[in-house]
Amino acid sequence: MEIKILGSGCAKCKSLYEITKQAVEALGIEANLVKEEDMMKIISYNVMRTPAIVIDEKVVSQGKEHTVESAKKLIQSLL
Amino acid sequence: MIQKLADWIVFSLFEIDATSHLGKALNFFLYDTTKILILLFFISIIMGIINAYFPIERLRNYLISKKMYGLDYLLASIFGAITPFCSCSSIPLFIGFVKGGIPLGVTFAYLITSPLVNEVAVAMFIGSFGLKITAIYVASGILLGVVGGFILGKMNLRPLLSDWVKQIQIDQNAETQQFEAENTSFLERLPSIVNDAWKIVKGVIIYVIIGIAIGAVMHGYVPEGFFQEYLAANKWYAVPAAVILAVPMYANAAAIVPVIDVFVAKGIPLGTAIAFMMAVVGLSLPEATLLKKVMTLKLIGIFFGVITLFIIISGIFFNIIL
Repeated sequence: MEIKILGSGCAKCKSLYEITKQAVEALGIEANLVKEEDMMKIISYNVMRTPAIVIDEKVVSQGKEHTVESAKKLIQSLL
Repeated sequence: MIQKLADWIVFSLFEIDATSHLGKALNFFLYDTTKILILLFFISIIMGIINAYFPIERLRNYLISKKMYGLDYLLASIFGAITPFCSCSSIPLFIGFVKGGIPLGVTFAYLITSPLVNEVAVAMFIGSFGLKITAIYVASGILLGVVGGFILGKMNLRPLLSDWVKQIQIDQNAETQQFEAENTSFLERLPSIVNDAWKIVKGVIIYVIIGIAIGAVMHGYVPEGFFQEYLAANKWYAVPAAVILAVPMYANAAAIVPVIDVFVAKGIPLGTAIAFMMAVVGLSLPEATLLKKVMTLKLIGIFFGVITLFIIISGIFFNIIL
């Protein structure tokens, strides 16, 4: 599973990355976690609000707040 | 109620003289900080809830498909008001609108209002100036977006977009392949929203404290009517000077409102103060830097120039009616 966090470097994007990292660790799954800060690449996903979460190339969340719990739920639903 | 607590702590607990500069400054500091942080927390929650349920994709499609004779400017502006201004979102959103074929002016309406009206500014305003002034601020922020966006839209600025943006084709079928993994109930989402509100508060708390500290010092040590001499409303240059001074400044809304509060208490007309705040918060160097990706320098100049002009006009207008 590849999880990308799209965001160009503001605090919210960084914290979503941290939260997702914790969620992945808590779930104990094998996942490749990437922070995508390149604007061109972010645009290519057609997201309009960052931060956004992309799992296996599908946008699963954008502009939404997350806790470790909700991130876990999100990831689990796609396993 | 908070005032009583602040009074008790400073005057009874620490026994500082209520008429002294230190006493007044400290009292103001404690009162304002507490009040504002509480307000900010609750308003962030409300904004978070509104935001969580706001269907941006649907809005974009709506804006594309209907001929709205100007109403689309209003919608974009209102949308700018309710969404939090994460400056890193402004570029993807700009591009998203462009891709959707939404008129440039409508996109500008969003870009103008978004930084001006946000939960931090609203919370601070309610705390310092009350509901009525806050409502006027929000309304004028939206109006500024609509009018500014409309005028800018009429100026045929497309050629002045950056090359990079011009290459982005209008792709009306570019809908986000969003996987609706979330059918979470309101109650389930509330913890995330509250958590986020708390993070917002944590994020600005240092700026609030700095702003209020500056405000508190001024409150206690600057004499009443001090600013009246230099920036009274009847001096024609007062509003333009304040606004032009403010444009290159960037302060967090959290830090600047307490300072504005004291400005007004010490003699600066309310209209001038509001215009100053709009210029500080709405236009900034960081924003210009971000916009360089999508706009040529000339366009940024025009964008900033038009908004500055309208802020000046608003300031003068407020001085008349308030």
